[in-house]
Amino acid sequence: MDVALFVTCLTDTFYPRVGRATTLLLRHFGCRVHFPPEQTCCGQPAFNSGFHREAACLLRRMADVFRRYEHVVTPSASCATLVRRHGPELLEGTPAAAAARSLAANTREILTFLRDELHVDISGLLRLDEPVTFHYPCHARDAYTLDDLLGWLVGSGGRDVRVPRHPDLCCGFGGVFAVEYPELSAALLHDKLDELVATGAELVVCNEAACTLQMAGGARRRGLKLRFKHLAECLAESLGLLEPQA
Amino acid sequence: MSRHSLRARLARAVADDRVLQAVHLATWRKVEARAASFAQLPHAEELRRRAAQIRRHTLENLPRYLEQFAARVQAAGGQVHVACGAAAACRIICDLAVRRGLKLAVKSKSMTTEEVHLNAALEAAGLRVVETDLGEFIVQIDHDRPSHIITPIIHKDRRQVGTALARALGCRYTEDPAELTRLVRQHLRDVFRRCDLGITGANFGIAETGTLCLVTNEGNGRMTVTRPRVHVALLGIEKIIPRLIDLPVFLKLLARSSTGQPMGSYTTLVTGPRRPGEHDGPDELHVVLLDNGRSRILSGPAPEVLHCVRCGACLNACPVYRNIGGHAYESVYPGPIGSVLSPLLYGPQYEELPRLSSLCGACASACPVQIDLPALLVRLRARSRERQPLGKRLLLSGWAWLMRHPRLYALSQKLLRELLPDDGAGWARQVVGPLANWTSQRDLPRPAPGSFRELWKQELSDET
Repeated sequence: MDVALFVTCLTDTFYPRVGRATTLLLRHFGCRVHFPPEQTCCGQPAFNSGFHREAACLLRRMADVFRRYEHVVTPSASCATLVRRHGPELLEGTPAAAAARSLAANTREILTFLRDELHVDISGLLRLDEPVTFHYPCHARDAYTLDDLLGWLVGSGGRDVRVPRHPDLCCGFGGVFAVEYPELSAALLHDKLDELVATGAELVVCNEAACTLQMAGGARRRGLKLRFKHLAECLAESLGLLEPQA
Repeated sequence: MSRHSLRARLARAVADDRVLQAVHLATWRKVEARAASFAQLPHAEELRRRAAQIRRHTLENLPRYLEQFAARVQAAGGQVHVACGAAAACRIICDLAVRRGLKLAVKSKSMTTEEVHLNAALEAAGLRVVETDLGEFIVQIDHDRPSHIITPIIHKDRRQVGTALARALGCRYTEDPAELTRLVRQHLRDVFRRCDLGITGANFGIAETGTLCLVTNEGNGRMTVTRPRVHVALLGIEKIIPRLIDLPVFLKLLARSSTGQPMGSYTTLVTGPRRPGEHDGPDELHVVLLDNGRSRILSGPAPEVLHCVRCGACLNACPVYRNIGGHAYESVYPGPIGSVLSPLLYGPQYEELPRLSSLCGACASACPVQIDLPALLVRLRARSRERQPLGKRLLLSGWAWLMRHPRLYALSQKLLRELLPDDGAGWARQVVGPLANWTSQRDLPRPAPGSFRELWKQELSDET
C-alpha cells in the first residue's frame, strides 16, 4: 500500500522523532511511504482563529500537494480532523471542493490507520516497562475515543497505566489562544500538569505535538519530572524500530 | 468592553485564588455528578439527540408555536404580552404592578429577568423585590452579581455567605449550611406571607397546552406561583416546546446536566391562574414573551445558541470558566454559552469573548441539546476577524503566506533554530517578538537539530 505521510508543521519542526516513528511503523506493516516535500501546514491555527480565507488557501494547497495519494497518514489527530471535518466545509462551493472532499476521505490519523486499514492490534505489540500516564487530546475526539486510547495502553504491554483524574482535561494550548491569552492558557495548563504529576508516573503518552509543546514547556518551567512521548514512538520502540529514548 | 479592559479583568481573575478554589471545587463536583447520573440514564445519547431535534424543529417553526402557546395561555385565563426588548419588558411588568398597587414582589430564580435588569426597574417603580432562591437571595443582600447561571454564588465560600447573612438579617454569624438555610427560610416565610406579586421565568412553555414549566430545588418556585395574587412569568421566545409529551425528554436531561440529580426537587406546571373552586394560585397570570434580539439571532450566524435550556453544564465543564469564574465575562450569561450568546445579544463590546477558549469541546460534550459550541465560537471569531488588531492580522496573514512557500518555511525552521536562545539544554526560557507570550509562561524547545524534512532527505527516503 502506498501511503503519503502528512507530518504536520509542529511535528516536522519540533518532534521529528515522531515523524520517524510514524514512517518506520508504516514501513514495518508493509506500506511504501512517500513524503511530498511541498507540504507545510494544514491551516488549523488560522481556521480556529476565524481567519478562514487564509485557512482555505492553505487547505487548497494541501489538497493539491496530496492529490496523487489514496492514503494520507498523519501523527496528529487534530490536523486530521481539520482536514477531514472542516476542509470540505471551508472549500465548499469553490473549484477545490472536490479535492478537499477527497483529501478528507483519504486522510487518517496514524493509530486509527494502523487499526482500521492495516488491522494491527496495537495493544498486543506495545511494551511499556515503566509506569505511564497519558493525555487524551481534545481534538482526538473525531479520530479515537478515550476508551480506544486506554485500550491501546492497558493491552498486554501496559501493566502500570496510571489514569489521571480527568484524562480528557484540556492542556490549555488552543492554538493562537496560547499566545493571545498566555496567563489563561497557563492556568489551564497548571490544572492539567497537577493531575499528571499526581499519578506519580513520569512518562506521559501524548499523541498531539501541540499539546506536548504546551505540557512539556510548562513542566520544564515548573521543574517537573515529566517526559512526553507519542504512542507511535512507544510502539516503534517496542518493535525495535527505534532506539529506546529515556 | 475593550480588549484592554478584558485583559486586565482576566489578569485579576486568574490571580483570585479564593474565588478560583471555590469555583474549581464546585465545578468538578458537578462535572462528576453529571457524569455519574448520565451513566445511570438509559439511552442518554438518544435522548440528547431527541432533545436537539425538538429544539431545532421548534425554532424552525417558532411563529406557529408562539401563536399556539399564546392562544392556549389566554384560553386558560392568562394574559399574554410581547416585549421586543429589555426596556419594553420592564415597562410592561412595572406598569401592571403599579396599576394594581402591588408593593412586594417575590422572585424565583430567572436568568431572563437578570437579562432585562428587572429588579432595578421594579425598585425604581417603588416596589420591594425579594429574591427567594437561596443563592440569588445572597447575591441580592450582598449587592453582588450571579457568577453562574444555576449556582449564582459559586464564587463565594461559606464564610462570605455567613458574613452577608449576619449583616443583612441581623442574626448570629454561622457557617453551618443547614443553619444558614434555616435562617433564610424563616426570613422568606414572612416575605411570602405578605407578598402580592410573584415573578418567575420558565424553563419551558408548552405550546399545546399553554403551560409554564418551572424546575426548582428549594420549593420557592411553587410558593412564588401560588401565594401572591398576581403572577408574572417572563420568558424568552425560544423557551417554547411543542407538546406536553416533549417535556419528559427535557426533564430527564435538565437536572442531570445541571446538578446530577435525576430530576429537580420540584417540577411545577402552571396552566392559567386560579380557577373557581381551586384553593391556591394567583388571581391573575401574565406571560411576557421576550424577544430582545432573539429573532435577529435566529437569522444570524449561530441560531443554534437558542437551543440552550440554561442547565449550566457547559460552564461546569469549561476549563476557562473554571479558571476565571463567571464575573470576568461581565455578562449575565458567562461560560461557553455566554461567550456565544453575549456578543449576539449585546453586540460588539462582547465580541472578544469567543476568543477566550481553547476550543477543547468539553462544553459540547456536556450539552444536553448537543449545541456544537466550539463551532459557534469559531463562527463568531470569523465574524470579528476584520476588527482584530492590525498586528495580529498582519502576523497571521504573514504566517499563512510563509506556509504557502515550502522553501521559505524550511528556511524559517532553520532560522528559528539559530535565533532562539538556548539555556544549554536545548530550551529557550525567554524570547522576544511574537513568541514572547509563549515563554512568559512556559519554556520553548529549540527546534530539533534536523527537522523531519531534513531527516527524510538525509536518511529516510531511501526506499522511495
